[in-house]
Amino acid sequence: MAESDYNETLQQLCQRLDSFTGSDIKVSPDMSLVNQLAIDSIKLLNLIMEIEDTFDISVPINALVDVQTVRDLADLIHKIKTES
Amino acid sequence: MNLLNKLDAAAALRKAQLPEAVGAFGIPIEEVYSSTEARIGENRVLLFGTNNYLGLSFAPECLKAAHEAIDNEGTGTTGSRMANGSYFGHRELEREFADFYQCRESIVFTTGYQANLGTIAGLVGPGDVVLIDGDSHASIYDGCTLSGADVIRFRHNDVADLDKRLRRLGERSAVTLIIAEGIYSMLGDQAPLVDIISVKNKYNSLLLLDEAHSLGVLGNTGQGLVEKTGMMEGVDFITGTFSKSLCSIGGFCVSNHSQLDQLRYISHPYIFTASPSPATIASTRAALKLLRNGTKLREQLWKNAHQLYSKMSEIGYKLGPEPGPIVAAILDNPKQALALWQGLLENNIYVNLILPPAAPENKSLVRCSINAAHTSEQMQHVCETFAKLYTEIGID
Ligand SMILES: Cc1ncc(COP(=O)(O)O)c(C=O)c1O
Repeated sequence: MAESDYNETLQQLCQRLDSFTGSDIKVSPDMSLVNQLAIDSIKLLNLIMEIEDTFDISVPINALVDVQTVRDLADLIHKIKTES
Repeated sequence: MNLLNKLDAAAALRKAQLPEAVGAFGIPIEEVYSSTEARIGENRVLLFGTNNYLGLSFAPECLKAAHEAIDNEGTGTTGSRMANGSYFGHRELEREFADFYQCRESIVFTTGYQANLGTIAGLVGPGDVVLIDGDSHASIYDGCTLSGADVIRFRHNDVADLDKRLRRLGERSAVTLIIAEGIYSMLGDQAPLVDIISVKNKYNSLLLLDEAHSLGVLGNTGQGLVEKTGMMEGVDFITGTFSKSLCSIGGFCVSNHSQLDQLRYISHPYIFTASPSPATIASTRAALKLLRNGTKLREQLWKNAHQLYSKMSEIGYKLGPEPGPIVAAILDNPKQALALWQGLLENNIYVNLILPPAAPENKSLVRCSINAAHTSEQMQHVCETFAKLYTEIGID
């Protein structure tokens, strides 16, 4: 159950990122947000607002220090979702 | 990559993006003639980007007070108030700010940057929440980082978005500090304060308002957006700076919450830095008097602001959402912004160039700030130059 929830979050996030980056690159879990998807720090802050709205959660920007890949971000979202 | 290589890489990236922008940031000013004119290189240049809203930088009362303070008390305090004591001027200025805002408590900081750092990090800590406008000034972001609290952003000036984010916080909204600004420094727009306060009350949070750019500019006596909207009661903490309409250096926080005083014992940006110098305090006190009685200056400032805003929108420039002492032209790309900025300088007008990522949503801005002392001839020259460059550069 928890695992399928997690996979669903990851999938939803990849879709969200596909439209956010607007490029031809297909987003996959181990891609680096900065290096491969070219999401700089300002874009990341705006992406977080969208993610908060998509998942109806609060994602503090100070929690992003350990986030490097798409999967790290999915982990964080999943953690916040299951704690709330 | 070692530490220095990282800086080299960042510098190379900056130069590759805008090789011609050299000089746009930190331009050398050789001589200052008045609150509206200075020499850059060999040229006498009009100052239209200095946030000197009331034009008080050469006010005789302020100069005299600063001179006397240096003669009587020396050039510096050589340490913090905790270690070296609070001079009469520090205490008086705090009393005068409390009186100005009719508040119980008031603290003076060494800069406006530190006022935000010290107030935010003093009020919230790990486990608490700060909910900030997405377009907040860097000092607000840095204060949040220093605090260790959870930092959440709401969409700029969007009260429905703020409400939604407070709802999501559930019970944590009671340990949440909301932060907004009276006038935003990039586009010159004002916060929807009345609505922010009703949302804040609904969720039982606290509100800090940074009046850096609205002090001296809004309200009958120049208190800022709180006075213009009559909402003093609804704002928990007001911060501001002496570096704009008061023409010195320093910052303050005022509040009706008696707990503000505790910040003097816990807030590092207040404790571990030298207190403002005697001359700084003296000229600020003199400027605050002029500001409170500055109805005529505000009238002139707003007359100039309306003139520039309406002229520039008539020409066709894309501008911020409302007129005010900050008028920012939003350009399509950094190259166009640079061309406009350079064109203005060639016509002896100094304004601010703001390129991504400094401006919201990666905009490129050419930002003017208006001064009550700008004469009608100076205003006219600026309006005409903007019109001429619009066609020359092909902005539309
Ligand atoms: C909104 C805002 N807050 C705070 C500050 C910091 O003020 P100071 O220049 O006194 O450090 C500034 C000025 O740069 C500002 O624009």
